[in-house]
Amino acid sequence: MSSITLTIDNKKVTAPEGQSILWAALDNDIYIPNLCAIRERTDPAASCRLCFVEVEGKPMPVTACTEPITEGMVVNTKGTESQSLARTALELLLASHPVDCGHCAANNSCELQKAAKHLGVKLNTKRYRKLLKELPIDDSSPIFIYDPNKCVLCGKCVWKCHELGIGAIGFAYRGFDRMVTSFAGQPIGQSNCNQCMECVSICPVGALVAKENT
Amino acid sequence: MTDFPPEITKEEMGKVSLFLSNINSTFSKERSNLIPILQEAQNRIGYLPHEAMLGIAEFLDIPDIDVYSVVTFYNQFRLNPPGKHSIRVCMGTACHVGGGTVIMDAWKRRLGIDKRQTTPDREFDLDTVACVGCCAMAPVTVIDEEVQGKISPTRVDGILLGYQIERKKESQSS
Repeated sequence: MSSITLTIDNKKVTAPEGQSILWAALDNDIYIPNLCAIRERTDPAASCRLCFVEVEGKPMPVTACTEPITEGMVVNTKGTESQSLARTALELLLASHPVDCGHCAANNSCELQKAAKHLGVKLNTKRYRKLLKELPIDDSSPIFIYDPNKCVLCGKCVWKCHELGIGAIGFAYRGFDRMVTSFAGQPIGQSNCNQCMECVSICPVGALVAKENT
Repeated sequence: MTDFPPEITKEEMGKVSLFLSNINSTFSKERSNLIPILQEAQNRIGYLPHEAMLGIAEFLDIPDIDVYSVVTFYNQFRLNPPGKHSIRVCMGTACHVGGGTVIMDAWKRRLGIDKRQTTPDREFDLDTVACVGCCAMAPVTVIDEEVQGKISPTRVDGILLGYQIERKKESQSS
Protein backbone atom coordinates (compact mmCIF):
# COMPACT_ATOMS: atom_id res chain seq x y z
CA MET A 1 0.00 0.00 0.00
CA SER A 2 1.47 3.33 -1.04
CA SER A 3 1.71 6.26 1.32
CA ILE A 4 0.14 9.66 0.86
CA THR A 5 1.49 13.04 1.90
CA LEU A 6 -0.90 15.67 3.13
CA THR A 7 -0.91 18.76 5.32
CA ILE A 8 -2.82 18.86 8.59
CA ASP A 9 -2.69 22.12 10.56
CA ASN A 10 0.38 23.28 8.55
CA LYS A 11 2.20 20.07 9.43
CA LYS A 12 3.30 17.76 6.59
CA VAL A 13 2.36 14.19 7.41
CA THR A 14 2.42 10.88 5.60
CA ALA A 15 -0.15 8.17 6.04
CA PRO A 16 -1.10 4.95 4.22
CA GLU A 17 -3.48 5.19 1.29
CA GLY A 18 -7.12 4.50 2.13
CA GLN A 19 -6.85 5.88 5.64
CA SER A 20 -9.26 8.56 6.82
CA ILE A 21 -8.19 12.03 7.92
CA LEU A 22 -8.98 11.17 11.55
CA TRP A 23 -6.53 8.28 11.82
CA ALA A 24 -3.86 10.09 9.77
CA ALA A 25 -4.07 12.98 12.24
CA LEU A 26 -4.19 10.86 15.40
CA ASP A 27 -1.25 8.74 14.24
CA ASN A 28 0.74 11.94 13.77
CA ASP A 29 -0.05 13.33 17.23
CA ILE A 30 -2.68 15.78 16.02
CA TYR A 31 -5.76 15.39 18.21
CA ILE A 32 -9.20 15.59 16.64
CA PRO A 33 -12.06 15.08 19.13
CA ASN A 34 -13.89 11.77 18.57
CA LEU A 35 -16.06 9.30 20.46
CA CYS A 36 -17.35 6.72 17.99
CA ALA A 37 -14.29 6.09 15.80
CA ILE A 38 -13.01 2.50 15.65
CA ARG A 39 -9.88 1.87 13.62
CA GLU A 40 -10.78 -1.65 12.51
CA ARG A 41 -14.22 -0.64 11.38
CA THR A 42 -14.47 -0.29 7.60
CA ASP A 43 -17.78 1.59 7.66
CA PRO A 44 -17.41 4.35 10.28
CA ALA A 45 -20.56 5.05 12.29
CA ALA A 46 -19.85 8.81 12.11
CA SER A 47 -22.47 9.28 14.78
CA CYS A 48 -20.74 11.45 17.36
CA ARG A 49 -20.26 14.44 15.01
CA LEU A 50 -17.22 15.64 16.96
CA CYS A 51 -14.50 15.14 14.34
CA PHE A 52 -15.49 17.90 11.92
CA VAL A 53 -12.55 19.41 10.04
CA GLU A 54 -12.19 21.76 7.10
CA VAL A 55 -10.57 20.59 3.89
CA GLU A 56 -9.28 23.12 1.37
CA GLY A 57 -11.46 23.09 -1.73
CA LYS A 58 -14.49 21.60 0.05
CA PRO A 59 -17.41 23.98 0.53
CA MET A 60 -18.44 22.52 3.89
CA PRO A 61 -16.76 20.93 6.91
CA VAL A 62 -16.45 17.13 6.70
CA THR A 63 -16.28 14.41 9.35
CA ALA A 64 -12.63 13.37 9.53
CA CYS A 65 -13.52 9.74 10.21
CA THR A 66 -15.33 9.25 6.88
CA GLU A 67 -13.13 11.39 4.61
CA PRO A 68 -10.33 9.41 2.95
CA ILE A 69 -7.01 11.20 2.57
CA THR A 70 -5.76 12.28 -0.85
CA GLU A 71 -2.36 13.42 -2.10
CA GLY A 72 -1.66 17.08 -1.34
CA MET A 73 -4.82 17.48 0.77
CA VAL A 74 -4.80 20.48 3.09
CA VAL A 75 -6.71 19.94 6.32
CA ASN A 76 -7.49 22.49 9.01
CA THR A 77 -8.70 20.96 12.27
CA LYS A 78 -9.17 24.34 13.95
CA GLY A 79 -11.45 26.07 11.42
CA THR A 80 -14.15 28.33 12.86
CA GLU A 81 -17.02 26.56 11.10
CA SER A 82 -15.92 23.01 11.84
CA GLN A 83 -15.19 23.82 15.48
CA SER A 84 -18.58 25.46 15.82
CA LEU A 85 -20.28 22.29 14.56
CA ALA A 86 -18.21 20.07 16.85
CA ARG A 87 -18.86 22.33 19.84
CA THR A 88 -22.61 22.21 19.26
CA ALA A 89 -22.56 18.41 19.00
CA LEU A 90 -20.55 18.17 22.22
CA GLU A 91 -22.76 20.63 24.07
CA LEU A 92 -25.85 18.63 23.06
CA LEU A 93 -24.21 15.46 24.40
CA LEU A 94 -23.29 17.22 27.63
CA ALA A 95 -26.83 18.57 28.02
CA SER A 96 -28.07 15.02 28.67
CA HIS A 97 -24.96 13.79 30.48
CA PRO A 98 -24.83 13.72 34.27
CA VAL A 99 -21.69 15.78 34.85
CA ASP A 100 -20.41 14.46 38.17
CA CYS A 101 -16.80 13.81 37.24
CA GLY A 102 -15.58 13.79 40.83
CA HIS A 103 -17.57 10.61 41.52
CA CYS A 104 -17.09 9.00 38.09
CA ALA A 105 -14.71 6.09 37.55
CA ALA A 106 -13.79 7.49 34.12
CA ASN A 107 -12.58 10.81 35.56
CA ASN A 108 -9.38 11.92 33.77
CA SER A 109 -9.61 9.10 31.22
CA CYS A 110 -12.91 10.34 29.78
CA GLU A 111 -13.11 11.24 26.11
CA LEU A 112 -15.84 13.80 26.82
CA GLN A 113 -13.53 15.67 29.17
CA LYS A 114 -10.74 15.52 26.61
CA ALA A 115 -12.95 16.79 23.78
CA ALA A 116 -14.42 19.54 25.96
CA LYS A 117 -10.98 20.75 26.97
CA HIS A 118 -9.80 20.71 23.36
CA LEU A 119 -12.84 22.55 22.03
CA GLY A 120 -13.00 25.02 24.91
CA VAL A 121 -16.45 23.87 26.03
CA LYS A 122 -17.41 23.92 29.70
CA LEU A 123 -18.62 20.54 31.00
CA ASN A 124 -21.53 22.27 32.70
CA THR A 125 -22.55 24.02 29.51
CA LYS A 126 -25.40 26.49 29.90
CA ARG A 127 -26.24 26.79 26.21
CA TYR A 128 -28.83 24.01 26.24
CA ARG A 129 -31.36 23.09 28.87
CA LYS A 130 -30.23 20.10 30.91
CA LEU A 131 -32.33 17.04 30.12
CA LEU A 132 -31.20 13.84 31.84
CA LYS A 133 -32.42 10.35 31.00
CA GLU A 134 -32.81 9.23 34.63
CA LEU A 135 -32.64 5.51 33.90
CA PRO A 136 -31.81 2.85 36.50
CA ILE A 137 -28.18 1.72 36.79
CA ASP A 138 -27.57 -1.92 35.83
CA ASP A 139 -25.21 -3.63 38.29
CA SER A 140 -26.42 -7.16 37.51
CA SER A 141 -23.06 -8.25 36.16
CA PRO A 142 -20.70 -9.56 38.83
CA ILE A 143 -17.76 -7.58 37.47
CA PHE A 144 -19.00 -4.41 35.77
CA ILE A 145 -21.60 -1.66 36.08
CA TYR A 146 -23.60 -0.20 33.22
CA ASP A 147 -24.95 3.31 33.73
CA PRO A 148 -27.14 4.19 30.71
CA ASN A 149 -27.36 7.80 31.88
CA LYS A 150 -23.68 8.37 31.16
CA CYS A 151 -23.82 6.64 27.77
CA VAL A 152 -23.09 8.85 24.75
CA LEU A 153 -24.44 6.26 22.25
CA CYS A 154 -21.13 6.02 20.40
CA GLY A 155 -21.87 2.36 19.63
CA LYS A 156 -18.36 1.10 20.36
CA CYS A 157 -19.50 -1.53 22.86
CA VAL A 158 -22.29 -2.69 20.53
CA TRP A 159 -19.81 -3.06 17.68
CA LYS A 160 -17.31 -4.93 19.85
CA CYS A 161 -19.94 -7.27 21.30
CA HIS A 162 -21.15 -8.16 17.79
CA GLU A 163 -17.60 -8.40 16.39
CA LEU A 164 -16.77 -10.99 19.07
CA GLY A 165 -19.86 -12.95 18.05
CA ILE A 166 -21.58 -12.51 21.42
CA GLY A 167 -24.28 -10.01 20.53
CA ALA A 168 -25.51 -9.49 24.07
CA ILE A 169 -26.04 -5.74 23.78
CA GLY A 170 -27.42 -3.47 21.08
CA PHE A 171 -29.37 -0.30 20.46
CA ALA A 172 -33.07 -0.09 21.20
CA TYR A 173 -35.78 2.55 20.87
CA ARG A 174 -35.49 5.79 18.97
CA GLY A 175 -34.82 9.48 19.48
CA PHE A 176 -34.18 10.61 23.05
CA ASP A 177 -35.22 7.15 24.34
CA ARG A 178 -32.47 5.45 22.34
CA MET A 179 -30.23 3.40 24.56
CA VAL A 180 -27.84 0.48 24.66
CA THR A 181 -29.56 -2.50 26.23
CA SER A 182 -29.88 -6.25 26.08
CA PHE A 183 -32.84 -8.26 24.72
CA ALA A 184 -36.18 -7.07 26.15
CA GLY A 185 -34.31 -4.67 28.42
CA GLN A 186 -33.35 -7.48 30.77
CA PRO A 187 -30.38 -6.88 33.08
CA ILE A 188 -27.08 -7.54 31.28
CA GLY A 189 -26.13 -10.08 33.93
CA GLN A 190 -29.09 -12.24 32.85
CA SER A 191 -28.38 -11.93 29.12
CA ASN A 192 -25.97 -14.04 27.08
CA CYS A 193 -23.11 -11.71 28.11
CA ASN A 194 -20.02 -13.77 28.93
CA GLN A 195 -18.33 -11.08 31.05
CA CYS A 196 -15.39 -10.65 28.65
CA MET A 197 -15.14 -6.97 29.66
CA GLU A 198 -14.28 -5.87 26.11
CA CYS A 199 -17.17 -3.37 26.17
CA VAL A 200 -15.83 -1.93 29.41
CA SER A 201 -12.37 -1.39 27.98
CA ILE A 202 -13.68 0.23 24.78
CA CYS A 203 -16.19 2.59 26.45
CA PRO A 204 -14.90 6.17 25.97
CA VAL A 205 -16.85 7.50 28.97
CA GLY A 206 -17.98 6.18 32.35
CA ALA A 207 -21.05 4.28 31.16
CA LEU A 208 -19.39 0.87 31.42
CA VAL A 209 -16.92 0.54 34.26
CA ALA A 210 -15.32 -2.34 36.13
CA LYS A 211 -16.68 -2.83 39.63
CA GLU A 212 -13.16 -2.90 41.03
CA ASN A 213 -12.64 0.69 39.84
CA THR A 214 -15.65 2.11 41.63
CA MET B 1 -36.85 1.30 29.73
CA THR B 2 -37.95 -2.25 30.30
CA ASP B 3 -41.00 -3.68 28.67
CA PHE B 4 -43.24 -6.06 30.56
CA PRO B 5 -45.99 -7.19 28.22
CA PRO B 6 -48.85 -9.14 29.85
CA GLU B 7 -48.03 -12.82 29.98
CA ILE B 8 -48.50 -14.64 26.69
CA THR B 9 -51.71 -16.70 26.45
CA LYS B 10 -51.86 -20.36 25.40
CA GLU B 11 -53.67 -19.38 22.22
CA GLU B 12 -50.97 -16.84 21.30
CA MET B 13 -48.24 -19.33 22.11
CA GLY B 14 -49.90 -21.71 19.66
CA LYS B 15 -49.88 -19.03 16.98
CA VAL B 16 -46.19 -18.34 17.67
CA SER B 17 -45.29 -22.04 17.35
CA LEU B 18 -47.34 -22.35 14.17
CA PHE B 19 -45.70 -19.27 12.65
CA LEU B 20 -42.19 -20.42 13.57
CA SER B 21 -42.73 -23.91 12.22
CA ASN B 22 -43.92 -22.56 8.85
CA ILE B 23 -41.41 -19.70 8.57
CA ASN B 24 -39.06 -21.88 6.53
CA SER B 25 -41.50 -22.30 3.67
CA THR B 26 -42.20 -18.58 3.24
CA PHE B 27 -38.87 -16.92 3.93
CA SER B 28 -35.21 -17.58 3.21
CA LYS B 29 -32.62 -17.19 5.95
CA GLU B 30 -31.43 -13.75 4.88
CA ARG B 31 -31.02 -10.89 7.28
CA SER B 32 -32.78 -8.57 4.83
CA ASN B 33 -35.95 -10.61 5.44
CA LEU B 34 -36.09 -9.51 9.06
CA ILE B 35 -38.68 -6.74 8.61
CA PRO B 36 -41.00 -8.74 6.30
CA ILE B 37 -40.83 -11.67 8.76
CA LEU B 38 -41.67 -9.39 11.70
CA GLN B 39 -44.58 -7.87 9.79
CA GLU B 40 -45.94 -11.30 8.93
CA ALA B 41 -45.49 -12.50 12.51
CA GLN B 42 -47.37 -9.48 13.83
CA ASN B 43 -50.17 -10.07 11.32
CA ARG B 44 -50.56 -13.65 12.48
CA ILE B 45 -50.06 -13.21 16.22
CA GLY B 46 -51.37 -9.68 16.74
CA TYR B 47 -48.16 -8.41 18.31
CA LEU B 48 -44.54 -9.50 18.76
CA PRO B 49 -44.13 -11.49 21.98
CA HIS B 50 -40.60 -12.23 23.17
CA GLU B 51 -41.01 -15.89 22.19
CA ALA B 52 -41.62 -14.87 18.56
CA MET B 53 -38.65 -12.50 18.45
CA LEU B 54 -36.35 -15.16 19.91
CA GLY B 55 -37.57 -17.70 17.35
CA ILE B 56 -37.05 -15.29 14.46
CA ALA B 57 -33.52 -14.47 15.69
CA GLU B 58 -32.74 -18.18 15.81
CA PHE B 59 -34.17 -18.71 12.30
CA LEU B 60 -32.06 -15.91 10.80
CA ASP B 61 -29.05 -16.83 12.95
CA ILE B 62 -28.63 -13.29 14.27
CA PRO B 63 -28.32 -12.08 17.89
CA ASP B 64 -31.67 -11.65 19.73
CA ILE B 65 -30.81 -8.05 20.43
CA ASP B 66 -30.69 -7.22 16.69
CA VAL B 67 -34.34 -8.27 16.35
CA TYR B 68 -35.22 -6.30 19.46
CA SER B 69 -33.41 -3.21 18.05
CA VAL B 70 -35.53 -3.23 14.90
CA VAL B 71 -38.80 -3.95 16.75
CA THR B 72 -38.28 -1.08 19.19
CA PHE B 73 -37.16 1.31 16.44
CA TYR B 74 -40.25 1.17 14.24
CA ASN B 75 -43.64 2.34 15.47
CA GLN B 76 -45.41 -0.26 13.31
CA PHE B 77 -44.18 -3.06 15.57
CA ARG B 78 -45.85 -3.63 18.89
CA LEU B 79 -44.36 -5.41 21.89
CA ASN B 80 -47.69 -5.46 23.68
CA PRO B 81 -50.85 -7.39 22.78
CA PRO B 82 -53.81 -5.34 21.62
CA GLY B 83 -56.29 -4.71 24.45
CA LYS B 84 -60.04 -5.26 24.22
CA HIS B 85 -60.39 -1.51 23.74
CA SER B 86 -57.80 0.65 22.03
CA ILE B 87 -57.24 4.16 23.33
CA ARG B 88 -55.56 6.59 20.95
CA VAL B 89 -54.72 10.00 22.30
CA CYS B 90 -54.35 12.61 19.57
CA MET B 91 -51.08 14.52 19.63
CA GLY B 92 -51.69 16.56 16.49
CA THR B 93 -50.98 20.30 16.54
CA ALA B 94 -54.45 21.44 17.68
CA CYS B 95 -54.72 18.70 20.32
CA HIS B 96 -51.19 19.40 21.50
CA VAL B 97 -52.06 23.09 21.96
CA GLY B 98 -55.35 22.08 23.57
CA GLY B 99 -53.53 20.08 26.25
CA GLY B 100 -52.98 16.68 24.60
CA THR B 101 -50.12 15.85 26.95
CA VAL B 102 -52.32 16.54 29.99
CA ILE B 103 -54.92 14.12 28.58
CA MET B 104 -52.22 11.55 27.87
CA ASP B 105 -50.99 11.85 31.45
CA ALA B 106 -54.55 11.37 32.72
CA TRP B 107 -54.92 8.12 30.73
CA LYS B 108 -51.51 6.89 31.86
CA ARG B 109 -52.32 7.62 35.49
CA ARG B 110 -55.78 6.06 35.41
CA LEU B 111 -54.76 2.93 33.49
CA GLY B 112 -51.42 2.59 35.27
CA ILE B 113 -49.58 1.98 32.01
CA ASP B 114 -47.28 3.92 29.75
CA LYS B 115 -47.70 4.82 26.10
CA ARG B 116 -47.66 1.75 23.83
CA GLN B 117 -48.50 -0.62 26.69
CA THR B 118 -51.47 -2.82 27.56
CA THR B 119 -53.14 -3.17 30.95
CA PRO B 120 -52.40 -6.52 32.67
CA ASP B 121 -56.09 -7.53 32.34
CA ARG B 122 -55.83 -6.78 28.59
CA GLU B 123 -58.83 -4.45 28.71
CA PHE B 124 -57.08 -1.36 27.30
CA ASP B 125 -54.05 -0.48 25.24
CA LEU B 126 -52.77 3.06 25.07
CA ASP B 127 -51.03 4.88 22.23
CA THR B 128 -50.83 8.25 20.53
CA VAL B 129 -52.06 9.22 17.09
CA ALA B 130 -50.78 12.11 14.99
CA CYS B 131 -54.08 13.68 13.86
CA VAL B 132 -57.58 12.30 13.32
CA GLY B 133 -58.91 15.25 11.32
CA CYS B 134 -61.39 16.83 13.72
CA CYS B 135 -59.23 19.55 15.20
CA ALA B 136 -62.25 21.65 16.20
CA MET B 137 -62.96 19.02 18.87
CA ALA B 138 -59.47 19.22 20.39
CA PRO B 139 -58.23 17.64 22.55
CA VAL B 140 -59.39 14.36 21.05
CA THR B 141 -59.12 10.71 22.11
CA VAL B 142 -60.22 7.90 19.80
CA ILE B 143 -61.58 4.87 21.66
CA ASP B 144 -61.88 1.88 19.37
CA GLU B 145 -63.54 3.55 16.33
CA GLU B 146 -65.30 6.30 18.24
CA VAL B 147 -63.92 9.84 18.41
CA GLN B 148 -64.34 11.57 21.78
CA GLY B 149 -63.84 15.34 21.63
CA LYS B 150 -63.15 18.04 24.21
CA ILE B 151 -61.59 15.53 26.56
CA SER B 152 -60.60 16.57 30.08
CA PRO B 153 -59.07 14.49 32.88
CA THR B 154 -62.55 14.26 34.43
CA ARG B 155 -63.94 12.95 31.14
CA VAL B 156 -61.22 10.29 31.19
CA ASP B 157 -62.51 9.16 34.59
CA GLY B 158 -66.06 9.24 33.27
CA ILE B 159 -65.27 7.13 30.21
CA LEU B 160 -63.44 4.55 32.29
CA LEU B 161 -66.32 4.45 34.76
CA GLY B 162 -68.65 3.73 31.83
CA TYR B 163 -66.57 0.70 30.85
CA GLN B 164 -66.42 -0.43 34.47
CA ILE B 165 -70.23 -0.37 34.75
CA GLU B 166 -70.56 -2.14 31.40
CA ARG B 167 -68.23 -4.87 32.59
CA LYS B 168 -70.16 -5.25 35.85
CA LYS B 169 -73.40 -5.68 33.92
CA GLU B 170 -71.79 -8.27 31.66
CA SER B 171 -70.51 -10.31 34.58
CA GLN B 172 -73.89 -10.11 36.30
CA SER B 173 -75.86 -11.24 33.25
CA SER B 174 -73.50 -14.10 32.47
